[in-house]
Amino acid sequence: MPFIPHTPADVQTMLAAIGAPNLEALFDEIPPALRIGELPALPEALNELQVSRLLETRAADAPRPLCFLGAGAYEHHIPAAVWEIVGRGEFYSAYTPYQPEASQGTLQVLYEYQSMMAGLTAMDVSNASLYDGASALAEAVLMAVRANRKSKSKRILIPRALHPLYRRTVHAIVHNQGIESVELPYDSTGGHTPIEALASYAGQDFAALVIPQPNFLGVLEDVDALTDWAHRNQALAVAVVNPTALAVLKPPGEWSETGADIVCGDGQPLGSPLGSGGPYFGFLCCRRELVRQMPGRLVGRTVDLDGKPGFTLTLQAREQHIRRSKATSNICTNQGLMVTAATLYLSLLGPRGLEQVAAACHANARALVDRLTRVPGVSRAFARPVFHEAVLKLPRPAGEVLDGLLARGVLGGFDLSGEYPELGHALLVCATETRDETDLRRYAAALAEMV
Amino acid sequence: MSSIIPAELRYTESHEWVRANDDGTITVGITDHAQHLLGDLVFVEIPEVGRAVAAAESCAVVESVKAASDVYSPLDGVIVEVNEALADNPELINEDPYGEGWIFRLKTVAALDGLLDARAYAAIAVAEDEDDDGSLANPKLVE
Repeated sequence: MPFIPHTPADVQTMLAAIGAPNLEALFDEIPPALRIGELPALPEALNELQVSRLLETRAADAPRPLCFLGAGAYEHHIPAAVWEIVGRGEFYSAYTPYQPEASQGTLQVLYEYQSMMAGLTAMDVSNASLYDGASALAEAVLMAVRANRKSKSKRILIPRALHPLYRRTVHAIVHNQGIESVELPYDSTGGHTPIEALASYAGQDFAALVIPQPNFLGVLEDVDALTDWAHRNQALAVAVVNPTALAVLKPPGEWSETGADIVCGDGQPLGSPLGSGGPYFGFLCCRRELVRQMPGRLVGRTVDLDGKPGFTLTLQAREQHIRRSKATSNICTNQGLMVTAATLYLSLLGPRGLEQVAAACHANARALVDRLTRVPGVSRAFARPVFHEAVLKLPRPAGEVLDGLLARGVLGGFDLSGEYPELGHALLVCATETRDETDLRRYAAALAEMV
Repeated sequence: MSSIIPAELRYTESHEWVRANDDGTITVGITDHAQHLLGDLVFVEIPEVGRAVAAAESCAVVESVKAASDVYSPLDGVIVEVNEALADNPELINEDPYGEGWIFRLKTVAALDGLLDARAYAAIAVAEDEDDDGSLANPKLVE
């Protein structure tokens, strides 16, 4: 059945009902500068055969490079079964499939996902996911400001070592609600957020401290000390974590004596392929006491009238279809398909499999850094431990080096000079479990030609 | 549905009841009519002691299995005591809305004269029952 939202006759009827002579009149309050008008760059339409041939040609011109680029999205092996199952019609085509009488399968998948994420982060509750890691952090910040009743301020502490796009997304979403973020510097030798950077803020009123693990520079933060500091200063500890890393690192629920209060991040490493920025998904977990301030869908397990177990949405009084303008968020959905993939990915790997993936990532990243720093003029920027990414100092601009590497079939990493000019010629490199000895040798050889 | 509306209390149009205490403070809760409309309560978000509130300002939330609704301060004042027992036993509001189910106590210098008496509030409650307006708590779930 074709999807036809409204016919020209429908449009005329609607326009007549509101007294607008035409569509132009309906949209005339949008300033002309914001309207796109003509699209002169659009080429002539092609038929399917022509499109296939064009794209085959382009694909042949651009062979897939060997990827050492991370910076927030990571290439991992995804078992073939994951997307084979996700593609089934029952999962693939359903939109907002939340009716318990019709959707027990989907609801159970979401419930299993929540259980696994709660287990991975050592938190009490996980929601059914949000759009991506950056917007999940924005929701976590809003949640912290609402939930922290000891704090009267709407200020939050955000490390400069947090992903720059996350910082920008949080700003874009929360600044019009009067929430102010204060940037914490990173340590120039360690690359971490030193506890000393917080000293001047002790005793001041902050709603939350954001703690990335690992941070954008790949470095592991001293999460226990940061969590302690937050709680001593009546701030909530908001963790931003890589879910793969949690298989080998202490989960946020066990940071310090008290544990983090809210945990979020991007779920892409769990079964979502790299795809020009998405679709990925965000995850959000919290302590039980904060659940009524949590946004998003939550699936609970219950029993029906006959006492049989089943699954249903729960705690919906937080959401906008019940609470209207006073809802915790305008988010009333989740990234169902990506979450289905993550659930399958985690269930196929199991805790031990995920641990092996994480350990292999770490070992490969160390081996990569060892090899690359043997190239004359290349050195590590920071001394502290990393997970699967590290910053290298180069003898010439990273952009030039990356261009040369790409010409040699190597996607060499992320040029930090735009976001962190103070680091000079700095390159963020990543190696996951998908790289092997040959790949690392190839990168080192290409780099040696470039510096 | 008939609900209890004690004659000695004052009321608001938003379904709070107000009891004047001997020490000059007032105690506030939601009416029997309101708890009937909401159904079984599962959570109450109580205000903080020491918070200054204005008349008609939202300062608590009552959540039932089918709806959530704000509770408004009837007068200007400062919250001096809250019913901590509601954290673990929100059903106290269903069981004893005018007694054990009180929500907060307010220190105020404002006069109670502007509030509804039992007769005026009863008229509002009856009218709501008749047209099933449910302005406090729409019991229908909207998907």
